[in-house]
Amino acid sequence: MSTLSLDAESLCADLAVGVRRLLRPGGVLVGVWSGGAWLAERVQRTLGLPGEHGVISSALHRDDFGSRGMSTGADPTRLPFEVEGAHIVLIDDVLYTGRTTRAAINELFDFGRPASVALAVLVDRGGRELPIQPDHSAARIVLPPGQRLRLARSEAGRLSFDFKEGD
Amino acid sequence: MLAQRNPQLNAHGELIHLLSIEGLPRAVLTQILDTAGSFLSVNDREVKKVPLLRGKSVFNLFFENSTRTRTTFEIAAKRLSADVINLDIARSSTAKGESLLDTIANLSAMHADMFVVRHGESGAPYLIAKHCAPHVHVVNAGDGRHAHPTQGLLDMYTIRHYKKDFSGLTVAIVGDIVHSRVARSDIHALTTLGVPEIRAVGPKTLVPGDLREMGVRVCHDMVEGIRGADVIIMLRLQNERMSGALLPSAGEFFKNYGLTPEKLALAKPDAIVMHPGPINRGVEIDSAVADGRQSVILPQVTFGIAVRMAVMSIIAGNNA
Repeated sequence: MSTLSLDAESLCADLAVGVRRLLRPGGVLVGVWSGGAWLAERVQRTLGLPGEHGVISSALHRDDFGSRGMSTGADPTRLPFEVEGAHIVLIDDVLYTGRTTRAAINELFDFGRPASVALAVLVDRGGRELPIQPDHSAARIVLPPGQRLRLARSEAGRLSFDFKEGD
Repeated sequence: MLAQRNPQLNAHGELIHLLSIEGLPRAVLTQILDTAGSFLSVNDREVKKVPLLRGKSVFNLFFENSTRTRTTFEIAAKRLSADVINLDIARSSTAKGESLLDTIANLSAMHADMFVVRHGESGAPYLIAKHCAPHVHVVNAGDGRHAHPTQGLLDMYTIRHYKKDFSGLTVAIVGDIVHSRVARSDIHALTTLGVPEIRAVGPKTLVPGDLREMGVRVCHDMVEGIRGADVIIMLRLQNERMSGALLPSAGEFFKNYGLTPEKLALAKPDAIVMHPGPINRGVEIDSAVADGRQSVILPQVTFGIAVRMAVMSIIAGNNA
């Protein structure tokens, strides 16, 4: 049904610009598994940042554990730097209810107390259920609640959007 | 009418209790091992706790003593933020004549969400799982000679950690197989995960020939049993076996089936040595082997916590 076309690759360039603006000196990138982790990897390269980006899994802090059970298949959190006192830009592909972001921030704090956390996303699709707003979004769209939107990555590393009707 | 459903799985094939490895599909075992992998790193965090079981009460019901298993379950539940209540049942109400199901009914009235059960009678955890409320989950922490599924799973986690893959492995289980719930759980898990050669090694009194029906190769000769093995699982020789007619003496057993550096040299050079603990030095295993570079006995204990966290979090998240 969607006539909307979102070019993930060109939005990536905009995301990198936004992240550069948010990044404080010595700051680090953390991508939310899985789509956000691909984006963090890309932005890290585009901006020529030293070291390695972090990856965070929200699986252990999700609030729908009681109804949906343990989510498996996610890579575990990997933060190859000290979280305590760090300036962090958290990157995700799609910001929707805000619940994943809440879980990711909780996960982050299990590793230490960051000096600051900013949020950059590729797409803000509205529909928030928590008071969480991005500091930068490369695109803002409105989608019906049943519609699923996810980032996909080809074997060659090309990013695209995956639209699906609801579960 | 379909065959009766495995009582450990709900209608969607999801794990709701862990009672035995027997009959669990490979996908469920792999899910547990994969999930355990993500819990292992929780130990490296500033905050060594995740909130998955926050607000849940886990009751440790040990009708048989076991400090180690009870402690690792307690640590696992606490790392998941559960409230843990330890009941030394052997010394309390059952001693006053209360039946198992009455005990369970009373504890359920205290709003238990999960029972971790060790019992001398095979099948006791099944009985509890059958009679508890639908939202209550049961983990078997060892029942009689029947099963010790979390030990089996942590053994599988250990093997996968060091060997990466189960296909192509030769695994030798050595010692008192017939009385061992660990051996039984290991054999079921190894079979389900596709290990091509499983050997049961020990004297005829402790390794009867009918074990072949479980698909294992029975070896009464230690040299034959251990030669070329990738993994050696030593079992604890229980002292009470010695007093019966099953074994002449501990010294005799060590001479024939004790794992010494000389015997270990027959296995593959990169073979790992496992043991569920507690070890009897000089009875089933030589100190030089237990403390040697091929021993993974202590990593097994660490992996055991992550595996128990995985089991508890998976079953707690699935509804009956």
